[in-house]
Formats: sequence, structure tokens, C-alpha cells
Amino acid sequence: MKKELKVVPIKNGTVIDHITAGQALNVLKILEINGRTDAVVSVVINVRSKKMGRKDIVKVEDRELKPDEVDKIALIAPNATINIIHDSEVTGKHKVYLPKSIEGIIRCANPNCISNAEKEPVMSKFITVSENPPQFRCFYCERIIEDASRNIC
Amino acid sequence: MFTKRHIISTRDFSKEEIDYVLSRAEELEIYARAEEPGDGKGRGRKSDLLKGKILANLFYEPSTRTRFSFETAMKRLGGEVINLSSTEASSVAKGENLADTIRTVSGYCDVIVLRHPHEGASRMAASFSPVPIINAGDGAGQHPTQTLLDLYTIKREGLLDGLRIALIGDLKYGRTVHSLAYALSLYKATLFFVSPEALRMPDEIKSDLKEAGAEVLESTDIKEIIKEANVLYVTRIQKERFPDPAEYRKVAGTYRITTDLIEENEDVIIMHPLPKVDEIDVEVDGTKNARYFKQTFYGVPVRMAILSILLGKEEMG
Repeated sequence: MKKELKVVPIKNGTVIDHITAGQALNVLKILEINGRTDAVVSVVINVRSKKMGRKDIVKVEDRELKPDEVDKIALIAPNATINIIHDSEVTGKHKVYLPKSIEGIIRCANPNCISNAEKEPVMSKFITVSENPPQFRCFYCERIIEDASRNIC
Repeated sequence: MFTKRHIISTRDFSKEEIDYVLSRAEELEIYARAEEPGDGKGRGRKSDLLKGKILANLFYEPSTRTRFSFETAMKRLGGEVINLSSTEASSVAKGENLADTIRTVSGYCDVIVLRHPHEGASRMAASFSPVPIINAGDGAGQHPTQTLLDLYTIKREGLLDGLRIALIGDLKYGRTVHSLAYALSLYKATLFFVSPEALRMPDEIKSDLKEAGAEVLESTDIKEIIKEANVLYVTRIQKERFPDPAEYRKVAGTYRITTDLIEENEDVIIMHPLPKVDEIDVEVDGTKNARYFKQTFYGVPVRMAILSILLGKEEMG
């Protein structure tokens, strides 16, 4: 029987593969891709993977995501791989790396942190203290965040 | 040597920087004491090192020791102090945010001392202030000048090298013990953590401390370690941490410092960040072991040191 592809290959754009299962929607959130963006986006959730058991995949057509844009997704999907596609050929392939510091994207889990105070003109900021397992220290209150996916803004 | 523009967290300090503050405090201690008139044996001396400088005390939460000792430190060095002592009587009551208050007040002074109920408030304030911010407590977060004065007290007792200190009481939530333990790890101290099971030092802090070079031992019984330690650092166990008042009374009683306990180790010194309630028997106050009132006095030379360094007046008084 012919293997049926769940999502057809794209001609040009970016394929984000090996996303931690269940995190695809958070990936879109971090990349600020929503219903108001023009790009054609395909999302596959909980697909079987030899390496990971289950994984998610996101394909963004006609848009080449830059490393500093995609590195942010390492917060929630440290094993993600980025494939840049040109005329149906993979022209670039790389991993994601946790940035040393992260502004915005996640909020501090400490409700009493100044970065969560509504009146103050301040954006959350975290310093990466460990890559594996990923751990982040709030720049303001110094609380450690371990599961970034629970704290996406 | 000293590159800090703001004093926000103990974590920002290297051991060399702490040593520098402590030695500067020693130089300035003579100016922290009251002048005594008469035969020249007076211990205090006058200084106008910070003449013409203004410190703004911004306290959004109550304080006695910290606010007074900053004020005393500034005035004993010839500087002046302006105070926001009641948030009800200022723009804060009208809903002004901290960032705007800092932008405003920083135009009136040379240094700001801030205590605020939100963790991280001082770090944020620093990004809006052209003058140095000193964190005097941010919620349950950091209180670095308390740590520095604790270290200064230990140093003045000649115990900083090879220190064996027991931190007693609420080690889970107590901000002073977390900062102090971190700073002591820089001195490779032996740390005994003595607390009820429910208020133990968090694991991530313990592993941080071990990594930094401290030796860490835990116990639920002071009697087990009293002979081993040369300093007992006692903190308050808060009633509200216990859902059952009877359980609180039982636990609090177990961790009370009494003269009977001290007999087990006559040379041990007892410190406490204060205010104390009933975790130290009042009879202990008069013993040669009690250091907590001296400790509060040391807040003045330590804060003098910090002010003189931040305001670029590093010559003698």
C-alpha cells in the first residue's frame, strides 16, 4: 500500500521537525504565527517518530525563519531541527540552541515578581542557567523556571 | 576593583568584592560610633566624607533597623537623607508605578535605598535610575546589605575563616538565610541546616551551595550540632507556615535557644537578623554569647562602606 503523507512536502519555506510532542501550538505562539499572518502553515501533532516516539512538525511556506527567531523555540522543544527548503530541496539544516537570555516569550512563575506587576513598564527576562535539563533564572526575582511550556506568555 | 553601580543581590558579588566592602567597613567603623566628649578616649569620630550628598529612603514596607541604619550611616558621614516613609502620603497613593517614582526621585538625590513588596523591584528600578539603587529588601527576595552585615559580624568575631555555622529555623522561606548561605559558600564554610522537616532548605539551594564549595550538613535537632558549631544563626519560625497552631507551638519550642542549651558550648556566638519574637529566651540576651544587638550596630559601618563606595568616596573618612 502506498504510504500516505499526512502533510505534503513544501516547495519553499521552513520545516521545523522533531518538536517535542504536544508543543507545536506553543511553537507557533513563540514564532508569533497566528490566524492573522499570511503564511500557509501546516501543523502535525503527535506523529510517530523513530527517534522520539512521538513528535510534532510545523511547516511554514514561503518564509525562511532566521536562527535567532527559531532558537527561541529551544525553550520548549530542545531537540527541534530546522530545515530550510528551496525549490523542494533542503538547502539548510540546523539545530536550535538556547539563547543566553530570553526576553518576553515566557513569564515568571512567581506571581509576586515585579515582571508580573501590571502597572510597571517591564518585560519578563530570563537567564539560561542550564541547557540540559533546560532551566532559566528570572532576571528580576531570581526564581528558577524548569518547565517553560507552562509559562508561555 | 568595585564595579557595582547598584547593590541588588548577593549573587552579584564576588568574594573579592565582599572582602573589599568588609575591609572598607572596618576602616569606617570609628565614624559609625557616637562621639564621646571629654578625655579623648571617645570611640567615635566625625566625618564629612559624604557632605553635599543626598540619600533617598524609599520604603514601601515597614522597617526599623534597615531604614534607621542607612539614615545613620549617611548622616554620620556628613550626608543628608530624604524619606518616603508613608506611601499613603505620596504619589504612590495616587497609583503611580514604581518606575515613574524612581525616575522622579532619582532627580532629587545621589543614591536610592529601596524596600518594596515585589520580588525583583530593585532590579527593575535600577534600569530606570541614573543614580545607584540599593536593595533594602524586595518581597521574599534579596536583602544584600543584611548579608554583608552578617558577614561583617562574623569577620569581627574572627570566625570567617574555617567558619562552622548553624542556620536555624525557617530555612525554606527565609530570604536572609538563603543569601547568607550563598555568601558563606564563597568562604568554604561548613553549614549546618537545622530546621523542622517542613521548613528544610530547598534542594536546589543545597546543591548550589555544595557546588560552590560549602560543606552542608542537615539536622532537625540543635542539640546534635551545638558542640560542632562556632556560630548559631537563628531565624524566626512564622506561625502562618503551620495550619495547626498546636503543631506550631511544638515546633517553635523545639528550636528555642535557651541558656541551658548554650551551656553545651560556652564559646558559641548567637546571631539573629531581628526582629526576634520568642525563638531566643530573653535570658540569653545578657549572656556573653549574644551578638544580635552588636550585629544590628554593624549595619551602620557596612552601609557606610557601601555608600562611600557607590558615591565614589573611597578615601578615608
